[in-house]
Amino acid sequence: MSKKSYEEINAKIKQGKAVVVTAEEVIDIAREEGLKSAAAKVDVVTTGTFGMMCSSGAFLNFWHTKPKMRMQQVWLNNVPAYAGIAAVDAYIGATELMEGDPANTRHPGHFRYGGGHVIEDLIAGKELQLRATSYGTDCYPLKKLEKTLTIDDLRDAFIMSPRNSYQNYNVGVNCADKTVYTYMGLLKPNMGNINYSTAGQLSPLLNDPYFRTIGVGTRIFLGGGIGFVCGPGTQHDHSGQRTTGGLPMGGAGTLAVTGDMKKMNSRYIRGVSMLGYGVSLMVGIGVPIPILDEDMLEFTCVTDADILSPVCDYGIKYPTGEPPELGYVTVAELKSGEVNFAGKCIPTAPLSSYPMAKEIATALKRWVSEGSFLLSRPAVLLPTVEGYERGE
Amino acid sequence: MSIDNNMVDKKVILRFTSELVEQPIVYQLVKEFNLVPNIIRAEVSPEKKGYLLLGLSGTEANYRRALICLQQQGLQVQSLVEQVSWDEHLCTQCGLCTGVCPSGALYLERPSLEVRFEGEKCVVCNMCIEACPAHAMRLDV
Repeated sequence: MSKKSYEEINAKIKQGKAVVVTAEEVIDIAREEGLKSAAAKVDVVTTGTFGMMCSSGAFLNFWHTKPKMRMQQVWLNNVPAYAGIAAVDAYIGATELMEGDPANTRHPGHFRYGGGHVIEDLIAGKELQLRATSYGTDCYPLKKLEKTLTIDDLRDAFIMSPRNSYQNYNVGVNCADKTVYTYMGLLKPNMGNINYSTAGQLSPLLNDPYFRTIGVGTRIFLGGGIGFVCGPGTQHDHSGQRTTGGLPMGGAGTLAVTGDMKKMNSRYIRGVSMLGYGVSLMVGIGVPIPILDEDMLEFTCVTDADILSPVCDYGIKYPTGEPPELGYVTVAELKSGEVNFAGKCIPTAPLSSYPMAKEIATALKRWVSEGSFLLSRPAVLLPTVEGYERGE
Repeated sequence: MSIDNNMVDKKVILRFTSELVEQPIVYQLVKEFNLVPNIIRAEVSPEKKGYLLLGLSGTEANYRRALICLQQQGLQVQSLVEQVSWDEHLCTQCGLCTGVCPSGALYLERPSLEVRFEGEKCVVCNMCIEACPAHAMRLDV
């Protein structure tokens, strides 16, 4: 079997000679030319996803003030940020609510603005109100600060998200007899609708299901800029059930990611409000997959029809902590607009944007083709299925 | 020609209760007011409450008289001066709205899965405004 190294692929990228295709284009190439010939021809396959990723946030450094301040509590546009870090560092989480938000006191709450929106507004270059308070120390005497700032006034601003880019994801349905408002959207009673959230055949971790090429240090597209994989995300689970083709049949792998917000584009990172649930962040991520050998090419040929996602009851079982899975459907069925499930024809709607996922995979393809984006060999690969030989 | 003879082409939502569901309302609009109705959408719930989204064309005088008559019969009449609009630039193309839209005004083009909004099918139920994560749907008055 012919093999390519990271060094060989990067040399071709630098010369502008690398063959780079998206995770959808590669499917047709392999069908027409066969796996062996396609593996020899294609150097890099680009993936993309743009969906709600709650476990996201950003570290911000405000520069030292004059006189100096040990910020104890920090708010941006009235959204609290965690300041128990150092003098002028804070962490703004995507799901943080605005102070005084009525939340679900009048159910379902609207959650118009929160941490996710602060992150989007910073990246968009908008002006934000900073408010900070402190108890004052001999070295940091200032006790109160209020100022208007943009991202240009920050010393540092980088995304540091503990869990993004779920490999596969639950499909939401509601078995209760009343409407529920969830992070999977509004779910009508008695299985009245289905919401799903996956980039399917474009999804980064479904194109490398055993994480043969993704790990600490993998250079990625993050929010319109360049980011890196820090390692496995929280709740990364490589031990769950898989299809005969090796695809996980549930959430499974996740990524912890980081990237410089000053170089991001607010088109690819958006604060969102979920009725009755809260605020969150839609994040655009694209991971380039090096075609190291024929096996890798075959993995990237995954299609929506191969991917099984678990249909979960968010009406009764999920909230109680009972196993919510009712069965499985393919992403191809979900994308068709309706699925036949449990004897019912149920209309479907996505939460994750397919057009944007495609745009991200295409943008990353352009970056790599133009020679401006090199592939990095991970320092450590993500944990994989026990006994699976990755040929490291 | 008096203003009353101006021709109008309007959209209205008629909401009716279970007592009114059996009434031949559309027939009445034609017969008594010489209006041309165009039923865009109609729905009756299991409790027999319902709504009718109608296009009505005819003279302005007849249109006004018809609305008064319908209200006197106990129908709730909402003329569609309120409109839902879609801000394409704010839209993230996620498609979640298409799952709550009852009239098919918001739908996904296939296979591209791009969000489309056909304003003329909208019944101004405001569900999309509530559900859109990116605040891309707005009520214009």
